[in-house]
Amino acid sequence: MTYRALELLNLPEDEPAFLLDIGCGSGLSGEILDEQGHHWVGVDVAPSMLEVALEREVEGDLFLQDIGQGFGFRAGSFDGAISISVIQWLLNAETSHPTSSPPHRLTRFFTTLHSALRNPSRAVLQFYPTSDDQIQLITSIAQKAGFGGGVVVDYPNSKKARKVFLCLFVGSGGAQQVPKGLEGEEEAGSGKAMFEARRERSGVKRSDKKRKSIKGKEWILKKKELYRKRGKESVPNDSKFTGRKRKAVF
Amino acid sequence: MVRLITHNLLACHAKGCTTNNFPLQFKDVSIELREAELNPDFIKGFLPRIEWKALVDAARQLGDTTLPSEMPEMVDDEFLKNLHHVLLEMHVEEGAMICPNCSHVYAISNGIPNMLLAEHEIA
Repeated sequence: MTYRALELLNLPEDEPAFLLDIGCGSGLSGEILDEQGHHWVGVDVAPSMLEVALEREVEGDLFLQDIGQGFGFRAGSFDGAISISVIQWLLNAETSHPTSSPPHRLTRFFTTLHSALRNPSRAVLQFYPTSDDQIQLITSIAQKAGFGGGVVVDYPNSKKARKVFLCLFVGSGGAQQVPKGLEGEEEAGSGKAMFEARRERSGVKRSDKKRKSIKGKEWILKKKELYRKRGKESVPNDSKFTGRKRKAVF
Repeated sequence: MVRLITHNLLACHAKGCTTNNFPLQFKDVSIELREAELNPDFIKGFLPRIEWKALVDAARQLGDTTLPSEMPEMVDDEFLKNLHHVLLEMHVEEGAMICPNCSHVYAISNGIPNMLLAEHEIA
């Protein structure tokens, strides 16, 4: 996912960048950033996760910080920001204090993030929304904070592989377009259930055999015969019209 | 693991603290030197974003006097090496950072600064 986020960030190639990893956790995505030669700063609200990151000896600087309280970075500090599966946590209110309400925290997060990023640059935030309303809320607040861009959905039809990326741009630049989400099936084979292949095969066989129309004349006569035998009343008489098709003009 | 590169970007973000909130002052710090790979392109690219005076002051406070007080016009290898050392190899492990304006104390323990704010300080 981090690779995909980096791809969406669209950084200039072969140039080491200075990135912000929001909700770095144990430094999983940080390791990938290290691999790619980028310098980074990670923030996370969980001290235990940061300790794990310390043990893994990642290269970036780590901060214990609540992103809903905003960042204190100087304007134009970072070449980009990524965040993997984090910002849905901003939607929970922990206390009833006004600064703890989701819209307030989101506003604070996006405005300070916007100012911490360089112009032009991008932020790619992958998250798990539980409803469309949440996406709506998050994008509207991001736009109010000055970001351009929008939501990119990878594999929109897959339950498992579906990923929502919020792709935000700082600065207009004019030419910046929201990238397309990945379409189609996830890699074949991997996502299939055990007997799916067999089921598909047998399905093909069944559809090969031509199905007979059940409502033919024979069938109707047989049914009527059956009803009469059972003593059912008002069974229509057989005639030359029984089971005939009506004219198309009817 | 606060390196001076991040310290140079860090300002106080408490409520109402919007002026004179940079740079945060170090206090009672212990530093550790850890070698890092020199990447001249990155350093050169980062130069325009550095707040030079704050960086030199912080470096001197931590006991490194290799940097000149003015940013030099010409960038040579020697200078890049010194700058690289100051920016990326000096890690502050313990201590605190104090905002010069509202004197909020951000404690650093185990290399991780605690940037959390109390409820009444959230803007």
